Amino acid sequence: MSEAAAVMHPAVEPAESPLTPESWGKLGMWVFLAGDAMSFGCLLVGYGLLRSASSNWPVPATTLGINLTALMTFLLICSSVTMVKGLEAVKNNQRGRAKMYLLLTALGGAGFRGLQAYEWTSLIHEGLKIYENPWGSSLFGTTFFVITGFHGMHVTGGVIYLLVMLSIVSKPSTALGLGWAYNVVEITGLYWHFVDLIWIMVFTFIYLL
Amino acid sequence: MADAHASPNYWMIWLYLFLLTVVEIAVIYMPLAKIIIAILLVTLACYKAFLVAMYFMHLKFERRTLGIIALTPFVLCVFLILMLLPDIS
Repeated sequence: MSEAAAVMHPAVEPAESPLTPESWGKLGMWVFLAGDAMSFGCLLVGYGLLRSASSNWPVPATTLGINLTALMTFLLICSSVTMVKGLEAVKNNQRGRAKMYLLLTALGGAGFRGLQAYEWTSLIHEGLKIYENPWGSSLFGTTFFVITGFHGMHVTGGVIYLLVMLSIVSKPSTALGLGWAYNVVEITGLYWHFVDLIWIMVFTFIYLL
Repeated sequence: MADAHASPNYWMIWLYLFLLTVVEIAVIYMPLAKIIIAILLVTLACYKAFLVAMYFMHLKFERRTLGIIALTPFVLCVFLILMLLPDIS
């Protein structure tokens, strides 16, 4: 009888395998991020292929300008630190600090998007379009807007995600400490750090190289 | 036990990431061969990504399964590059 029950409800089976994660949510996020990394990987490899096949690719560092982008990079690195500090505060049962750090993280992401909107606007005014630009290969604009836009969308999604977490952590009924709230905020952090990690790659390949 | 691994010095990691970014920007103005600049930039970027994954994403303190999942896209991207190399002349 108990054997039959175990077959019918495999979830209650206490046996663990090396593949059984501590948190299914965390495993799910990692699998998603691996897939998402592949999307960015394909975009960046495609960029490299198009660029190496082109004879008139503009020099990104001089045409795009890297001062503003360096500031955006700095902002994302800082928001990654506020994210881990926020998670630490959730663990230590400090609701006020957790709220402050999560809010700062979301603000960092929003600030990043604001600067990116400003950057895009000035580049478009300089003549960088998705189909043409005054400096060389038209694919320069295409790849730039597609890759930075795809990353920017991830940042926007991340800011919304962080605000949802902020509202969860703000509720006095949410128990902090090492429990459910810690788990979901940690998973949010994984996504947020991934967005930072991808920007490190985008910044290097699209702007610096 | 949880505390033994849960708190790497995040501000040190932040400082490393900041300094590595400064180095990256300095590298592109150095009078070096283009290929050397490219190798330096890719190495620095990978190291930064490694720091973020290991410490901010806690990969250093997780089970190996998650590390293998995280490594998969990198391996696949290397394959992708190798497969596309014949098209780059």
